[in-house]
Amino acid sequence: MKFVSEYRDPEAARQYAERIARMVTRPWTIMEICGGQTHAIVKYGLDALLPATLTLVHGPGCPVCVTPVEFIDKAIEVAGRPEVTFCSFGDMLRVPGTSTDLLAAKANGADVRIVYSPLDAVAAAQAHPDRQVVFFAVGFETTAPANAMAVRQAEQLGLTNFSLLVAHVLVPPAMEAILASPDNRVQGFLAAGHVCAVMGYTEYEPIASRYRVPIVVTGFEPLDILHGIALCVAQLEAGRAEVENQYARAVRREGNRSAQELIRQVFTVVPRRWRGVGEIPASGLGLQAAYAAFDAERRFGPAAAPRDEASECRAGQILRGVLKPHECPAFGTRCTPERPLGAPMVSSEGACAAYYRYRRSSPDQTVPAGAASRD
Amino acid sequence: MCLAVPGKITSITEGDPLQRAGKVSFGGVLKDVNLACVPAAKVGDYVIVHAGLAISILDEAEAEETFRYLRQIEELGSALGPSA
Repeated sequence: MKFVSEYRDPEAARQYAERIARMVTRPWTIMEICGGQTHAIVKYGLDALLPATLTLVHGPGCPVCVTPVEFIDKAIEVAGRPEVTFCSFGDMLRVPGTSTDLLAAKANGADVRIVYSPLDAVAAAQAHPDRQVVFFAVGFETTAPANAMAVRQAEQLGLTNFSLLVAHVLVPPAMEAILASPDNRVQGFLAAGHVCAVMGYTEYEPIASRYRVPIVVTGFEPLDILHGIALCVAQLEAGRAEVENQYARAVRREGNRSAQELIRQVFTVVPRRWRGVGEIPASGLGLQAAYAAFDAERRFGPAAAPRDEASECRAGQILRGVLKPHECPAFGTRCTPERPLGAPMVSSEGACAAYYRYRRSSPDQTVPAGAASRD
Repeated sequence: MCLAVPGKITSITEGDPLQRAGKVSFGGVLKDVNLACVPAAKVGDYVIVHAGLAISILDEAEAEETFRYLRQIEELGSALGPSA
């Protein structure tokens, strides 16, 4: 597939790994922000190709993982109403709430549907005027334009039976929270390529200079990630701390202005609680007052007060890169994708799910990058 | 949710700006995609799509950069010798 296959070339990956090994003179710790990047790293065994002194830690960029438990509880409550058709990305269905999950609610008769796009939920609302269609709007800056578009289309269509349960989060405030934490060990970042495709990367420039960390906007294929790591290591070794763009085929410095305008029209920046992390100021998106009519929390009552995780799940430490998934005592035993204690074990972007799927038998054993070409 | 593979636009239906849409082929699988945020996109372009909305047009010229950089560091490595 064009723009994909060539970035999975095992020989080029080997050459990149060799060059990176020669560049490294000291131990470095680099965090990849996005769960999609984590999965590529673990799936293709990229970390095993790198020198032992270069540590990759996995970041908070898994929207399913960071959605707070009170929003899952709220989603289950709203989905259980007889008049509601509750639409969600599939990943959210098995994320544990306080006592149950959306999949169990569906099994118990709630009208819960998996959709690929919030625009499909708008179409459902248009087709079924007798149903209250609610879309679970989670995600980072990547899904915000689609969710904003859904609201604009619903407005244009004059729909009064469509609303969003909004739990949107933003990347830069989470990076700052990680860097400001006393137990931080991150020295450089691979920024999430598709978040930057929407937002551009000017907002990362003050973070790079304030905290003296290199930030490399990076794509999702194996060679993208190795290229991103090479650029990051080159900066670290040279004592530079700049924002660089590895993923220029998809990301422009100013981002996608139309998508940003759409986000600004519909959403406003709000404080947001992150599951396992706590509240981070100005780290989320909520609906603008002008679009309050499309707010499911307004229509069906607000989400419950914040509550702490009752389980032994260490998601907070996993999501801040302090702990690796296999270092959690429940990993693979009391916590599995079938019976997850926390969201990182559920999501296709969760770090725990990646470790469980690709290296359960031995966390240090990895597949060779050559496996990439057969995928 | 942040993971997406590029798809090729095979047709575009113009109309209301919010509804500008097209068919995008992902390795042969066709999906309906909203193209409102990529007004410059034309048939044959590759786009990154998230949750049914295209957010970026891929730049063919920039796509070579990852391989160019590898050649550069290869040459640098050779110039500095095997112990570099």
